[in-house]
Amino acid sequence: MSFKIPADLQYTKSHEWIRIEGDEALVGITDYAQNTLGDVVFVDLKEVGTTLAAEDTFGAIESVKAASDLFLPVDGEIIAVNSEVVDEPELINSDPYSDGWLVKIRLSAGSVGALMSADAYQKYLDSLDH
Amino acid sequence: MGAETLARTPLYGRHVALGARMVPFGGWEMPVQYSGIVDEHHAVRKAAGLFDISHMGEVYVGGRDALAFLQHICTQDVATIGPGQANYSLLCYPSGGIVDDIFIYNLVDEYLVVVNASNIAKDVAWMRQNAEGFEVTIDDASARMAMLALQGPLAEAILTEAADVDVVALPFHAVTRGALFENIPALIARTGYTGEDGFELFVGNGYAESLWDQLLLIGAEHGLKPCGLGARDSLRFEACLALYGHEIADTINPYEAKLGWVVKLAKGDFVGAEALRQIKAQGVARKLVGFEMVGRGIARGEYEIRSVDGAPAGLVTTGMPAPTLGKNLGLGLVPAALSAEGSEFDVVVREKPIRARVVKTPFYRPQYKK
Repeated sequence: MSFKIPADLQYTKSHEWIRIEGDEALVGITDYAQNTLGDVVFVDLKEVGTTLAAEDTFGAIESVKAASDLFLPVDGEIIAVNSEVVDEPELINSDPYSDGWLVKIRLSAGSVGALMSADAYQKYLDSLDH
Repeated sequence: MGAETLARTPLYGRHVALGARMVPFGGWEMPVQYSGIVDEHHAVRKAAGLFDISHMGEVYVGGRDALAFLQHICTQDVATIGPGQANYSLLCYPSGGIVDDIFIYNLVDEYLVVVNASNIAKDVAWMRQNAEGFEVTIDDASARMAMLALQGPLAEAILTEAADVDVVALPFHAVTRGALFENIPALIARTGYTGEDGFELFVGNGYAESLWDQLLLIGAEHGLKPCGLGARDSLRFEACLALYGHEIADTINPYEAKLGWVVKLAKGDFVGAEALRQIKAQGVARKLVGFEMVGRGIARGEYEIRSVDGAPAGLVTTGMPAPTLGKNLGLGLVPAALSAEGSEFDVVVREKPIRARVVKTPFYRPQYKK
């Protein structure tokens, strides 16, 4: 099965994507992640103003079957949450890279995170098949 | 556990070809979903679904003392399961804790006992261990038998096209031998685990693929869909049917699990009877209840339950959004004092207490054809 992996984003091993523009970034989950979760029915995001380190939990996403934690790709402060996905969690299934974004963060000074390019993420997904 | 150590049913290739997502379950590599849990769930409530449940165990119990032996190890009064009938039962430890929940089919000349996939070895060992003094044969047929569940309001119409016996006349909890698609010898039972009318079909492994393919082919015009374990769980949960490892365990007794109706103390002595008699006489300290989330959050199995003033009170056994009802519901074990309808407690969701309220069970009233 092939999944959409936009070339202009960066990715984590826990299947979040991040779009960094200056000192701000949008964060969501990948097409692979939404497909693996199945029907998303509930999103629980931490509040605006919360400061977190890379790999800290910034919320959870739930399907009929299971709850999965969301991990922040880099250090930063949540400056916006997508209220539309809170009201319509199915947006994460239908459009994980655009309407289904989850939080906007302001990167901490010297922010770090273990990020992969689209190519590296594709190779990582391939490795999960085996 | 690595995939290479998981057992596969004879339909493994069919699941992969249909694009099912395969997951480990009870030592087996099983399909959790095909088109999606919610889609499959609705198909079973409105039309029909086909499940591969070949991972379940089948044990034939025969011999002169078969009935006496089953009476000895089961809580149910097996003598009331007439020829061609089936019923639910429990196997209990002497302490009253539950070994497993089982289905017993009276096949006239022998009994067929269906056990949970993860418990096959344990249950067969338990049976053998308790067979001393009885003239019985215990034949574990699990490895050579496949089991399919055809469930939903249109299951009867689909099976009518496939079977050489009158399945319309087959009552709830009845079982018969017959042929499917002319040349597939099968045991056909009006049983299931979804809260809908439907059938469970037992065939030899060699017939499984042919039966699966042909049922999906003739069922397509009735809206039949292949369904995975995800929908099986959400369907049984709405109907409040117990699941081993969740509502049923060796640490939970039948009265706590609301399964007292399966314990027939009047039938005479059986393994666990003495303890169960005492438990019933004393009354239970905790009870299984159904609850609805009042606050925003989804309860999941093993989440902690606290009283509204924060004291530890129990555990969620199963919780999820109920697709038919559109609510976040749960089953949990709570102190008897918190078990009345309308009682409130908190479910701890990611360290936050979220309010829940006890509601009537089952959440979804089963639509069995009786």
